[in-house]
Amino acid sequence: VEYIIRFVIGGVVVSLFAVCGDIVKPKSFAGLFSAAPSVALATLAITASRRGMGYVSAEGGSMIIGAIAMFVYCLVTASLLMRYRANPLLTTGAGIAIWLLIVFGIYTAAEKALIV
Amino acid sequence: MKVKGDISDLKKTTPAEYAIRFLFGGLVAVTAGLIAHRYGPQVGGLFLAFPAIFPASATLIDKHERKKEEDGGCDGAGNGARAAGADAVGAAIGSIGLVGFAIVVMITANRFPILECLSLAFAVWAVVSGFVWCLRQKL
Repeated sequence: VEYIIRFVIGGVVVSLFAVCGDIVKPKSFAGLFSAAPSVALATLAITASRRGMGYVSAEGGSMIIGAIAMFVYCLVTASLLMRYRANPLLTTGAGIAIWLLIVFGIYTAAEKALIV
Repeated sequence: MKVKGDISDLKKTTPAEYAIRFLFGGLVAVTAGLIAHRYGPQVGGLFLAFPAIFPASATLIDKHERKKEEDGGCDGAGNGARAAGADAVGAAIGSIGLVGFAIVVMITANRFPILECLSLAFAVWAVVSGFVWCLRQKL
């Protein structure tokens, strides 16, 4: 049941932010909503009720790494799309590999340094 | 550049495209939960900043721009990519706000109830993202 609730709330919140992005102009401002904390907002309240606030705090800590990776991912895709007019689906899809690489690179380094 | 809103733009998106966004959002929320359950909150938290909707949004922007250009008798491929690129620049700025959101959650989760913690974190995301976007416009 928890995962059904997560699915529905996640879908609704992500869609709402996407609609906000559709409505506003210019495109660079609309893009802010592509990096809105939609998944976090949708799931952290459920996480808090099921596993407690210490768990939420730990998720918030590692979310910082995910957000840094998201920043680099967006800069790389923006550069490829604007300079080389690359295919958006291919660029943003393949770019997820960059996101994963950065996330697990920083996470592993942080784990070794006992930060996380 | 002035920020404007136009609800009529919603008509450009088809019900199937709305359904894809809903599906992606739901799947990422479930996947993040499953990963946290299996590998712990440190690994699960990484996926709270997964670029869930970005590829779908960029593809939609490209499609809409191409259609607009083609309706005007031009090849819209280049403009579609450029518009998707502008969206990506905005998403990069939003990611800076997302770092602020995550820091606030990490610090306040043990001090405040979840609603206050998330409200504060969301306000920080909005203020930081808006501020950096305005700053970039002025530079």
